[in-house]
Amino acid sequence: MNNRLFKSGARAFALSAVVALGIAGCASTPEATTTEETSSSTETTTETAESYRIAIMPKAINIGYFSAWDEGAQKACEELGASCDYIGPNEATGPAQVQFINQVIQEGYDALVISAADQNAIVPALQEAAAAGITIVTSDADVAAESADARLVTVLPSAADRIGTAEVDWVAEEIGEEGCVTILSAAATAANQNVWIAAMGPYLEATYPNMSWCGGDLESATFYGDDDATKSVEQFNAILSQYPDVAGIIAPTTVGVLAAAQEKKAKGASVAVTGLGLPSEMAPYIEDGTIAKVGLWNPIDLGYVAVYAAVLGMNGEFDGSVGSTFSAGEGSYEVVEGGIAYLGDPFTFTIDNIATFKEIY
Amino acid sequence: MIRWNLTWDKGVGLFLIFAVLLGSLLSDNFANASNLSFVLRDVTEFAIIALAMTFLIISGEIDLSVASTLNLSSASLGFLYRAGVPFEVAIVGGLLVGLACGLFNGWLVTKLGLPSLAVTIATLALYRGLSYALLGNQPVNELPEFWIGIGYGRIPGTFLPWSTILLVVLAAVAWFVLHHTRYGRWTFAIGVNAEAAKFSGIPVQRTKLMLFAMTGLMSGVAGVVYTLRFASASPDGAVGYELSIIAAVLFGGVSIAGGIGTMWGVIAAVLSLGVIRSALQLAGFTANSLLIVSGGLLLISVIAPKVTETLRNRTRAESKDNTKKTIREVGNE
Repeated sequence: MNNRLFKSGARAFALSAVVALGIAGCASTPEATTTEETSSSTETTTETAESYRIAIMPKAINIGYFSAWDEGAQKACEELGASCDYIGPNEATGPAQVQFINQVIQEGYDALVISAADQNAIVPALQEAAAAGITIVTSDADVAAESADARLVTVLPSAADRIGTAEVDWVAEEIGEEGCVTILSAAATAANQNVWIAAMGPYLEATYPNMSWCGGDLESATFYGDDDATKSVEQFNAILSQYPDVAGIIAPTTVGVLAAAQEKKAKGASVAVTGLGLPSEMAPYIEDGTIAKVGLWNPIDLGYVAVYAAVLGMNGEFDGSVGSTFSAGEGSYEVVEGGIAYLGDPFTFTIDNIATFKEIY
Repeated sequence: MIRWNLTWDKGVGLFLIFAVLLGSLLSDNFANASNLSFVLRDVTEFAIIALAMTFLIISGEIDLSVASTLNLSSASLGFLYRAGVPFEVAIVGGLLVGLACGLFNGWLVTKLGLPSLAVTIATLALYRGLSYALLGNQPVNELPEFWIGIGYGRIPGTFLPWSTILLVVLAAVAWFVLHHTRYGRWTFAIGVNAEAAKFSGIPVQRTKLMLFAMTGLMSGVAGVVYTLRFASASPDGAVGYELSIIAAVLFGGVSIAGGIGTMWGVIAAVLSLGVIRSALQLAGFTANSLLIVSGGLLLISVIAPKVTETLRNRTRAESKDNTKKTIREVGNE
């Protein structure tokens, strides 16, 4: 019995040895092919980026948000004459993404535009890709700050303070720059919201002289719905009873803005509501006029600008250093501390574009 | 009638060759050294745990907590390192945690007489929970460059990842122990009939405890490899790996009922799954179609042994008929 097993084991070993030798035998040096490609691309750079092959890698395929992201990327590819493939895992984890980064290295792509599913786990793979001469741009989600040297640049939605101040602009526009405003936030400990709110306070006071925070200061004008639908509705009603003259409410959270819109419609309240909202959730309220405008980031632009950054980087027209700039379509983008290019203002959804975006995310 | 006895593990070996040939045909980027290193690196954690799982399943037991053990060992390593413990010591700590996880499983199964399926479903959740308790939502990164180099880099002058040395050594030891020592024979005997094994003087409970402990330790080793390869320890790593590992072991010809299996079959199976994945990926299959193909393959691997068994029984029955006929004919003469 044992002997028979040993024999079969030995045979299997011999087979695998043959396989291994076979692989070593046909090991065509990948460097050779890469050099050919590089030389051919240098020849054509004078005309267009025709020969660039770019991999567009989402955290996971099968997600509508990333399909929109890819749509923007493909548009840029078309404009730049690059050929782009949308590839990636179907589970949004770093290790799953690494297998596809390996594929990108293996197939000798010129550039990789990626939304990092894990800010640490993909870093060694990205570094290997960079060492293989692949230009890497992260977009939508970046790697950890201490690993920023693994990529050329990252394209992110908006700087934190601009997310706050833009929301003040939206509410000001709707209430005619006059009246008192409150905030319906998430939890009191929510880090993102607190950063945005901190930026709103002084901006409103400095920019809009006829506007104020209800109750006299930012603190008394801020309510917390804890990102809970029921609690947010309660807080919305608390705002109305505490400040009957309130002109506008800013809800910098998708849960809060949805709850406020529902309750405003139910109550027939006249207060203006705006904030950060998902187009798919907010569409009914924008379409029936309850809400004039909400904002969020636009994945289409993120993908579009990232492909431009990658191609310009490969052309040597952009090096990703702090202070350097590049243009994509009609916009121009500057790289700030940390190697980040922000798109700028949050993207806004109104009656004019909600029909398109509600299908996307 | 074919005289060459095609056993399942040889079939898997042939499948490995087929997968390599298929890959070479489908893509020019498949059959080269750099891709082989990617495939090896990708299967290392699976392979290391599969070695131990082979013993466990042959003995008639199973461990579903291996991926959680892997991750708890990785999380412990990260936790210790973040707390200021030298990295080398933290690695030992991670390995010990893996061993402890395995011993705990084994203790519950052998001393309390609980079924391993139920026990390890529970510890699957428990060990994962402990990972979260240790690290919170904060992954540990910025590990020492030297160790990341070992985890991700290749042996200088070759295409082989460093972890391949570890894998080859562990596989050789596992093969030797399973097929050439009394511990291996005990494992088979327990899997065929634990009661009979006990009466023939085999320390059944002690052997099982040791197999669980080894599975825990190997999961710990895989946890260290995983941590180094991904340059970080996070509480949510390696989710679902246990199913892929068990699937690979079964694909390698180990019977889920225990008592049957070879180490070579399992090693060929793990490599095959890595190779076929890479081949299809380079051929342009999307992640979605990969899922369908790998699911289909595993289903075939479950059905095929049943079919061959039926065929073999039929052939045997036919030859028996022939023998009877011959005897009758002889008798008539």
